[in-house]
Amino acid sequence: MAVLAPSAAGDRLFRSLCLAAVLAMMAVLGGLIGSLLWGGWPALAHFGPGFFTSSTWDPVAGQFGAAGPVAGTLLTAFLALLLALPVALGTAVFLAEICPQAIARWLAIAVELLAGIPSIVYGMWGLFVLAPWFARHVQVPLMAAATPGSWLERMVTGVPNGANICTASLILAVMVLPYIAAILRELLLSVPPAMREAAYGLGCTRSEVVLRIMLPYVRNSAIGAVMLGLGRALGETMAVTFIIGNSHNFPRSLFGAGSTISSTIANEFNEATGDMHVSALIALGLVLFAITFVTIAAARLLLGRDGGPK
Amino acid sequence: MSFDPPAAGQKTVMIAPPVDDRVIDVHNLDFFYGKAQALFAVDLPVARHAVTALIGPSGCGKSTLLRTLNRIYDLYPGQTARGDIRFDGENILDLARNSENLRARIGMVFQRPTPFPMSIYDNIAFGVRLHRRVGRADMDGIVERALTRAALWDEVKDKLGASGLGLSGGQQQRLCVARGIAINPDVLLLDEPASALDPLSTAKLESTLLELKDSITIVIVTHNLQQAARISDYTGFMLSGRMVEFRPSSEAFVAPETRQMQDYITGRFG
Repeated sequence: MAVLAPSAAGDRLFRSLCLAAVLAMMAVLGGLIGSLLWGGWPALAHFGPGFFTSSTWDPVAGQFGAAGPVAGTLLTAFLALLLALPVALGTAVFLAEICPQAIARWLAIAVELLAGIPSIVYGMWGLFVLAPWFARHVQVPLMAAATPGSWLERMVTGVPNGANICTASLILAVMVLPYIAAILRELLLSVPPAMREAAYGLGCTRSEVVLRIMLPYVRNSAIGAVMLGLGRALGETMAVTFIIGNSHNFPRSLFGAGSTISSTIANEFNEATGDMHVSALIALGLVLFAITFVTIAAARLLLGRDGGPK
Repeated sequence: MSFDPPAAGQKTVMIAPPVDDRVIDVHNLDFFYGKAQALFAVDLPVARHAVTALIGPSGCGKSTLLRTLNRIYDLYPGQTARGDIRFDGENILDLARNSENLRARIGMVFQRPTPFPMSIYDNIAFGVRLHRRVGRADMDGIVERALTRAALWDEVKDKLGASGLGLSGGQQQRLCVARGIAINPDVLLLDEPASALDPLSTAKLESTLLELKDSITIVIVTHNLQQAARISDYTGFMLSGRMVEFRPSSEAFVAPETRQMQDYITGRFG
């Protein structure tokens, strides 16, 4: 049997290996950013600020304005969050504070299962099941009921096939919900028992304890959890591509077809022929990277930043 | 370090306060964590406007006993109490679970300070508002009075808007006392309130308690025998879930009657 190397030499090797690993990671990150910049630069330089303000995306004419997909990305992500947050919060509170813990453990596993469903399955389900149902039972009746020319009419107008901004947001909401719910539950469970007892000991009811003591106690981390969900919603591709309707127009109606950055890229990369088209798509990727990076960085900053006696 | 566990039928050595003076009267109390019994037929008479100390080695049931008095154990399914805890004419064990009313009248301070994630002012105002409507001016008075009684006012009067989490451990604990007394409870329960504090903070907390007992009945669980001797009027010594001796502190520490308490206070076990 070989004797272990003298510890000093072994330790140096170990350190270099770990360092090499982290340097490789950083190189990948740097290379990614570099190539996005490099590839997207022609489009950004050619269209200037117009790349973000124009919503004319016309590959045939060589005109690329990304306002539609960028707005679609932000809109669907925020709508998804708006829909998911109350449900996630309710789920987390129920699992952490109301339901007996023996049952809560099983329910929590079910919630995590929801997070494990591949996004293409969500997309398929959205296109084949949700969209037709939504068109028949929500969109068509609403369009029929809205007075022509009214605000409501403008919000609900669109091709009545159920593939639109609203259904995409719904699917996204279902997809981010388990993430947010699971983190919120763990945050609530992390509140020191003494803090709960002190609040109950003062004569608080359950809702007062949860809303006024426990949630404020984990506030920063909770916002971080929501931002993580937002980051996921921003970057989600497959499910959205299936159901958003894929129109590059600036979204003007909730029930109108739209697009997101990632759905645009997924749809067009294969067929992108002109150099400018490819460059515009890469520039879109750069924008998405920047948006998600900021979101996730903010989430990381907030997560685990809560005070309180340790 | 060995000791004789109390025999199953061992009678409590008891010199109790007069019945008319009792705010809480615990009689024949059994307590269970699931199936495990933690208290066995415990009696505890709590005298009005006095300090009652509960002492005994770890695991003797003194904290458990304290936690039955405001039924905080209700938070945990599987914990049950059986017996009689007379408070204001009724057996509090007959009340519905999680009685907010009971906890407003019997406050509690915990081993570790538990300031709420809000300002010093709001830490106190929060509890008060739970139970009654108070105008801003009146609330200012209540907050000042509670902080003064808890001997914290001078240290925080210039930063009432600052977070309660930024105070030192001793200040946080006095903030919790102030929060507890601001809602005018009849009884204040303290579960080893000084165990996480330095000696100076402990001394301040003790003098606070001594001043409070003119208007509030205090029950305190402590590991610190000197503390129990210094501030308490009555002392209950517990062992293995049973009340072994309950007597005025002036006698209990000088001449414990049972061998078990003698051993405990002379440091032969614990």
